[in-house]
Parts: sequence; structure tokens; C-alpha cells
Amino acid sequence: MSNEIEPIRDPGLPAHQHRQADTDPIAAQRAERQVAILFGLSAVGTLLLIYSYIFVKSDKFIFIPVLGNTNTQQLGLGMGMAVALFCIGAGAIHWAKTLMPDEEVIAQRHEFRSDDEDRAEFVKTVKSGAASAGLGRRPLIKRSLGVALGLSGLTPLLLLRDLGPLPKDNLQKTSWKAGTRLVTDPGDRPIRPEDLEIGAVAQTLPQLAPGEERTLNNIGKDAVLLIRLRPEEFNLTAERLSWTHEGIIAFSKICSHMGCAVALYEQQTKHLLCPCHQSTFDVTRAAKVIFGPAARPLPQLAITIDADGYLVAQQPFTEPIGPSFWERSS
Amino acid sequence: MKRLSRLRRHRAAGPILLIFALFTIGTTFQVASAVNSDTTTVAARSATIDEGKQLFLKGCSSCHGLNAEGGQIAPSLIGVGAADVDFQVGTGRMPMADMSVQAMRKKPVYNPEQVNALATYVASLAPGPAVPTDAVLNYERDGSVAQGGELFRTNCAMCHNFAAQGGALTQGKYAPTLMGVEPKQIYEAMITGPQSMPVFSDKTITPAEKLSIIKWIKSTEAEPQLGGTALGRVGPVTEGLLVWTLGIGLLIGVAVWLAMKAR
Repeated sequence: MSNEIEPIRDPGLPAHQHRQADTDPIAAQRAERQVAILFGLSAVGTLLLIYSYIFVKSDKFIFIPVLGNTNTQQLGLGMGMAVALFCIGAGAIHWAKTLMPDEEVIAQRHEFRSDDEDRAEFVKTVKSGAASAGLGRRPLIKRSLGVALGLSGLTPLLLLRDLGPLPKDNLQKTSWKAGTRLVTDPGDRPIRPEDLEIGAVAQTLPQLAPGEERTLNNIGKDAVLLIRLRPEEFNLTAERLSWTHEGIIAFSKICSHMGCAVALYEQQTKHLLCPCHQSTFDVTRAAKVIFGPAARPLPQLAITIDADGYLVAQQPFTEPIGPSFWERSS
Repeated sequence: MKRLSRLRRHRAAGPILLIFALFTIGTTFQVASAVNSDTTTVAARSATIDEGKQLFLKGCSSCHGLNAEGGQIAPSLIGVGAADVDFQVGTGRMPMADMSVQAMRKKPVYNPEQVNALATYVASLAPGPAVPTDAVLNYERDGSVAQGGELFRTNCAMCHNFAAQGGALTQGKYAPTLMGVEPKQIYEAMITGPQSMPVFSDKTITPAEKLSIIKWIKSTEAEPQLGGTALGRVGPVTEGLLVWTLGIGLLIGVAVWLAMKAR
């Protein structure tokens, strides 16, 4: 019994099978006609596109089953372009598959290394070029070129500067300060407690000092949702209860999970829902997370009223608003 | 005219004009208040309240209590106002078909006169938001589409979708689409806060701003669909689904055809 292993023999290429169009001239003619028809359809598509663009009124609608009322011009432009491009491709594929040569051809790889003669010739050319350019004789040019090339290499590194500046404490702080009035968003009108009925909500921002502008960055941090409940519905610690005013409670609108605007307030269940990942917060328990991926309750803004009876912040937010970040303390 | 302008500077002109003005105002007020205290309107109103009470006792009291004081399964209706009743009954949400998490919009059970009678009865129990009149609801004149869009995106879009198509809430509740909803009903929903929806006070969103929101919703409703189907106007979800099924399906088909050997 021999335990020698028989090498697997190269099976070689299977015998080439000719297509119908290779052997039958009638089939070849038919394939040619089909390719021509596809290219012709493409031309018709382009003509349809041109016609729709120039001659079809842009306010005309026609009824198409499934789609409904469709703008005629847009339909013509779209269908025209789709037919024009698709039929060029389809015609080319059909042409290549049925008529172009499909015999298997073997092309041997040549050696990758150039032959010695060519290599010697190349070295000679470079050397003579360098000599006639006179780089060795003219050190001033050589050095200044070196400086220029070296410095130009710094340009991509310079772009890294735009990764900064560091945010400093911008992530920790918002524009809310003790005594900042809450104003409606949009509208910028200050709000009195009696403006809100039980069950009412209001989207608010901090009032701007004269001459101050609202930036999107600030809106993204400062947005606060006011909600009015019956005071007896709250289930809060004494401190948090002192942050509310006559049943009005204020939360940062920025979700503690990913920073979406949390403002889906269900009046009956007193739940606040984030539309992005369905984090659900219980308003009566200081926005405790009762469902979803959020890790912390929404920060609560302590509110009270000022001498004119308008709602104001008692103090800034006591924690950073919004999602977690690297240096967040809690 | 010349003589009149000379008389204007007469010493007695001031007192005479004052007496004339007071007399005119007094007379007008007398006439106007006489219209208001017309005995027939009072009688008609109390007849409407009576009719409303009868309807209420038959159709609503089994859940909301004989005096609308509420019960175990339904809230008190004292102080909810005519607007609330007009919205809930006028859109067919009340009476509810079953005790599901949310009352759905359906064909109203009561005709407009009966809805009015019910609303008048409930409003007679305690004051609450009134049904907005057609004069108030002139959103074409008093609203601004641009302002309405801004307000809608801040206050409404998170639940009702950025194109007012409606969206899901928790546990099977949902914010309904606002397409095809009457302006009056949109207005009533904002001032009364039906079901899960909070109230939007007249001070934080003024009546003029509410009309702007309605005008924006109506302009969105009237927007033509150039591509025929709107795919629900919910953005990338349906659009993506279509591209992933039809578009990629077509690409796979072409790829298979490309790799197939011609006969």
C-alpha cells in the first residue's frame, strides 16, 4: 500500500462552447437588431426628456395608478433620463454578451524586473541630467529648494489647528444665570405663572441682554421646557420642590443621552419622551428615567418669579446639560 | 363750512359737544344692552342647555357621571369648556368606541346642532375655553406661513412630525396627522390640550400665532406632490425602504443578468 499522494492534475480549460450568434448568422442579425433597438430606445428617452423640459407646462398633473397625481413634467424628465441611461447600459451589455468575441485567451505575465540594459540606461540619464542641471555646483539653489519643499510639507499639518480650540468650560455652562428671565421661543416674550394653564407647556430660552445675539450653539444648550402640573402631583424632594413655582417645573430640553430635543410631553401620563431613542422621563419625579437608554434625569432648572412677576431662573443649572462627555464630573 | 369753523372756537362749543357725545354713547349702550338681554335669546340658550343636558344624560353620563363630575374611567368635565366638547365630540373621538389607550378620530355620532347643545351644556357648568368663532379663525388674513412654520417646528413637530403627518408616542398612543383637520379643531386642540396633548396657552402662543400655525398646516396640506406618491412624508424611513427594496433589487437583477452566459 503506497501512501504517496497523487498530485492533482491541472484540469485545463473546458472546451469552448460557441454561442448561437457565433454560428448562426440569423441569430447574429437578431442580436444586432436587439442592441440597436435598445440604443434607439435610449435616444427616444433623451428626446422625451428634451420635449418635457421645453414643451410640457410645469404645473400640469396627471393621474398614474399607484403613484397618484403626478407632475407631468417631472415624470417626463425622470422617465426620459431613466430610459436614456438604462438603455445605453443595457444595449452595451447585450452587445458584449452576444456579439463581441468571447473566446478564452491566455496572456502570459511578463517578468516584472526591467532588463539590465534599460536599467543602466535610466541611471545614466538621471546622472547626466543632474550634472547638466548643476545642482552640485550651485548650492544656493539646492538649499533654497530644500527649504521651500520642507516648508510646503507643513501645510497639511497646519490644517490640524482647526481641530481646536478646546471647548474649555463651554460644555459645563449655559447662558442661564440667577435672575435670567424665561422668554418664549420663538417670540422672546417673558412669561408670568398665570399665563400657563394646568397641563400647559412652553418652549423657552433665556432672555437676551440688549445688543446680544442668539447663536445656534447657545440655543442648542439653553432650550428649556416649562410644564405646569397640579402642585400635588409632584413627587419631589424638598430641594427640588423649592425649584418649582406653583406647579411650574422647568427642565433642560437637551436629552442626557444623545442631545436630541426632548419635548414630547404626554399630558395625561406626565411623561416626557425623547423622539430619537424613546428615553422616557417622569416629570413628577424630577424627570427620572423610566425607559430607554438615557443614563441621567434631565437637568432641572430652579425657577421663581422676579419683582415684576415674571418667571426667572433662581440659579444656573447645577450640572452640565446634555449628553455625557469625557471630562464630565458626574 | 366757514361759519362752522368759527363756531368751533365758541366758548360753549366744548360743553355742548361733550353732552352730545355722552348722550350718543348712552343711547347706543342702552340699545346694545337691550339686544343682549333679549328674553328670546336667553330662552333659546336655556333650551339649548336643556337639550344638551338630555343628550349628555343619554350618551355621556354613564362614564362622565350624571352631573359631569367624572368617574372611575372618565375625567370630570366641569370647567373643560365648550371648545373641549366641540373638539372631542365634533371629531368623533367621543363617545369612545372602546376603552383603548387613545380615543380615535371617527365619524361623529352627533350632528353639529347636537354637538353645540352638548358644548353649551358643559360650558354652563363652569367657565372654560369657548369655541372659536369664524371671525377669530380668519387665518388667511391674520396668519403668516413663515412664522407658523417656525412655531410649528419648535412646539408641534416633535410629536406631529415635521410635515404634520403625525407620529408615535409611548404604549400605543400616537399624535394624529393634521392633514384634513378643520382649522377650528386645530385651534381647539391647542387651547384645550385633548388627551396626551398639552395646552398651549394664549400668552405663550398668542391667538395670532395660533392662526399662523394653522395657516402653515394648511399650506403644507395644499403643497402639490410632484412625484405622485408622498411616501407618507416621513422622510428617510420610507424613502430608504423603497431604495433598499426596489433600487437594490433592480441592481441585483442587472448584476445577475450581466454574469449570465449568453446562449
